[in-house]
Amino acid sequence: MSKTPSVALPISTNSSPVVAVLEWFGEFGIFMWQVLRAAVSPPYQIKEFVRQLDEIGARSLPLVALAGSAVGVVLALQARYSLVRFGAKSLLPSAIVFAVVTEMSPIITGLVVSGRAGAGIGAELASMKVSEQIDAIEISAVDPLKLLAATRIAACIVALPLLTLVASFCGVVMGWVASTIVEPIALMRFINTGFKGAEFKDFLAPTFKTCVYGMIIGSVASFQGMRAKGGAEGVGSAATTSVVLSSLFVILADVILVKVILLLFP
Amino acid sequence: MQVADEDRPAVEIAESNDAPAIEIQSVAKSYGPQRVLDGVSFNVRRGETLAILGKSGTGKSVLLKIIVGLQKPDAGAAIVLGTNMSEASEDDIASARKQMGFLFQHAALYDSLSVEENVAFPLDHHRKDLSPSERKERVQDLLHEVGLDGHLNKMPSDISGGMQKRVGLARALALDPIILLLDEPTAGLDPISSGEIDELVLNLQHKHNLASIVVTHDMVSARTIATRIALMDKGKIVIEGKFDDLQKSGESFVAQFLHRNF
Repeated sequence: MSKTPSVALPISTNSSPVVAVLEWFGEFGIFMWQVLRAAVSPPYQIKEFVRQLDEIGARSLPLVALAGSAVGVVLALQARYSLVRFGAKSLLPSAIVFAVVTEMSPIITGLVVSGRAGAGIGAELASMKVSEQIDAIEISAVDPLKLLAATRIAACIVALPLLTLVASFCGVVMGWVASTIVEPIALMRFINTGFKGAEFKDFLAPTFKTCVYGMIIGSVASFQGMRAKGGAEGVGSAATTSVVLSSLFVILADVILVKVILLLFP
Repeated sequence: MQVADEDRPAVEIAESNDAPAIEIQSVAKSYGPQRVLDGVSFNVRRGETLAILGKSGTGKSVLLKIIVGLQKPDAGAAIVLGTNMSEASEDDIASARKQMGFLFQHAALYDSLSVEENVAFPLDHHRKDLSPSERKERVQDLLHEVGLDGHLNKMPSDISGGMQKRVGLARALALDPIILLLDEPTAGLDPISSGEIDELVLNLQHKHNLASIVVTHDMVSARTIATRIALMDKGKIVIEGKFDDLQKSGESFVAQFLHRNF
């Protein structure tokens, strides 16, 4: 039978909101299990995966770099003001580097990709669903979960850490630029001071936790897109709910992952 | 260039014109309280074209989706090339689907792919043995067959509705199917384009000896391309036979339908 999920919105039926939410999670769980089964069985859709990596990763790069840069500048200006008040101006490079790399870049990258790629995936798949393109794929004896969902989820999982590295780099560099405009400091000195006392693991876990964000964005957007119903309204609804739900789950995942990382890498 | 089938073990039953390629056995389907199909049965053999007509909402398109395994009947069975589409394994269903071509009402072309890529889609996934030049040659042959030479690089949004249906037909024929299912092939087209599509479908059916089902509201089209016509009402087949049989029928619903169309 058709592999695409069947209900349009998280709370769409006549049942109570609690039941509808539980139904949503149940259907989402089944969807993820089916996607996982499809993803691990050959043939693999490498060409589509690379196309999605370009669409989700490369095309999100300018926006993520800009967001990372803005975070670096804002942090530099805000942190300087606070640190000067407490006589701890020398800690400014460390404050910027740690804040950018461990928390600000991952969450900003997650939210930016959630907005850009989440909406894109949700709208594209919803449009394909309502115009019967997904049915056409299935009738062609090609698994739409493997071709459409698994490739997008995998591309999000791979792209997010790479984009986070870019955001972190831009954030640190622009943090230095903002700092040095106010009070000149050499780049190497800024970096040496900023990374002083830091270990590789301090940056590894926060960067790679964005793989979870990627999985959330790709899977929620694919799920919402492939269960769309109706015409233009259904497509719009799928795009909106993709962004709202994936952003919400990214923030919730961040809260949980911060605690997990602190426990695992004290 | 004709493409030899990759795997046709499930279709031996349909190699002769005697065995039905499609057997619909007492199929019933409801959506909530609404009974869309109520014990529908018929057979279609190779070389035959069955046109299914009826009012909107009488379950014609649902029947096609049950035949291709996109939907499961509440009762009865759709047996396609010996495969029960509601009970077979995913591999068997996929194997049967490779022998079927499906033209959607609105063509359902992949709007991010060019005409060439649309037609090549089934080949890219199931005929990996074809070299790029063989693939291109096959696509050109298919587009030539549907009268669309020279449109390889256009996007679906750049061509008319009639041309989209032709591309959809070319895609449906890419794997050289045994069965062709057409969901309202002339819907939304002007009378001249409708006539051209009818003629094209008729030629393709004769050339490939297909077992075809055409769902349509267009009695003129049905009369042109079908060997048999089935009229559906309230989820049941009211009458099935040749056009002349329908004309002779005393059923009021049949008379109403014919009167409206002619």
